Amino acid sequence: MPRTLNTLAERAAAATPQAVARRVRGLSDRAVAWAFISPTIVLLLAINIFPLVWTIWLSFTNYRANRPNAPVRWIGGDWYTDILTNPDIWVAMQVTARFVIASIAIQTVLGFTLAWLIDRRFRGHGVWTTVILLPMMLSPAVVGNFWTFLYQPQIGLFNYMVSFVTGVPPSSFQMLGDVTLSPWAIVIVDTWMWTPYVMLICVAGLRSIPEHIYEAAEIDRASAWRRFWSITLPMALPFIMLAVLFRGIENFKMFDMVNLLTGGGPGSTTEVASITLKREAFEKWRTGYSSAFAIILFVTVFGLANIYVKALNRVKQR
Amino acid sequence: MRRFFRRGPWEAVATGIIACGVVMLMQPLSLTLYSWSFATTLTGTVMFVVVSKFPD
Repeated sequence: MPRTLNTLAERAAAATPQAVARRVRGLSDRAVAWAFISPTIVLLLAINIFPLVWTIWLSFTNYRANRPNAPVRWIGGDWYTDILTNPDIWVAMQVTARFVIASIAIQTVLGFTLAWLIDRRFRGHGVWTTVILLPMMLSPAVVGNFWTFLYQPQIGLFNYMVSFVTGVPPSSFQMLGDVTLSPWAIVIVDTWMWTPYVMLICVAGLRSIPEHIYEAAEIDRASAWRRFWSITLPMALPFIMLAVLFRGIENFKMFDMVNLLTGGGPGSTTEVASITLKREAFEKWRTGYSSAFAIILFVTVFGLANIYVKALNRVKQR
Repeated sequence: MRRFFRRGPWEAVATGIIACGVVMLMQPLSLTLYSWSFATTLTGTVMFVVVSKFPD
């Protein structure tokens, strides 16, 4: 009488074709594990590690991608010294900083307020959550294009709405063409698109607060204001920090929206670091220089990502 | 020796150095601080990678 196959491993072994089974039988568990993960490792090396190592190497050379046959000369850390003493790049970093700080501050306040309201669980809060989350699901290319239309001084809906509220004629100001207004135009679009994300993380934070803490506070006759400052905000703070860090990293790398809305202009008012990088790499064709700049940005983002992972672990421990 | 090389405090130091480097990179006050920002961030990042292998 044939033996019954109880375990999944036994059934899998029985279902393996003879030819394959004969070949695999001689392999150790470690060899089989390596056989499974090696395609992923090869892919990672080819897509992530090789370009990174190559970029590091290029950052120490005078290579130009538009002159592939020209001799490549090793120039050491000259590009790094050049970038880190260049006042124009320093200004681009300051523009990036202003953009990051303004958009994160607004998104955090709005996102937390929305999360706090959604957490009230009023009638129809599910539908409202879906509606609020919609902008986040759109492609940045689509968002950049339709906000360009909304900001049109002649036909744009945004100018008409501002005109309706303030009484200023709609064609008297240009959101994307004005030196003062254009950075805010980008901040508005980024806030519109990414506040829902901050809200989502904050909702998770608010819902993780145990109900019995609020019940204890009510027994102690703590006011709603006191409950907010002593329970809600401190307990949701790790989640808020997580949202701030994640948005900080994303906004530091921001390219698509700025490129579509203003292209870095007018002048260089909205020229964030990634736009400068694109200009150096694909307009001036200074590949070595732009590689060094990319490495500087990469190290900064990598450092921030480490802090992000640390914050994430702290949230997980709760 | 084991007590000295604990992950928690060293990670906090590395995080502080990274944060300093990022602030130095983006501040509008001093070009010298900006020039040293990359070295600071790189030091903090390498330190973070090393100290994250320390025991808890």
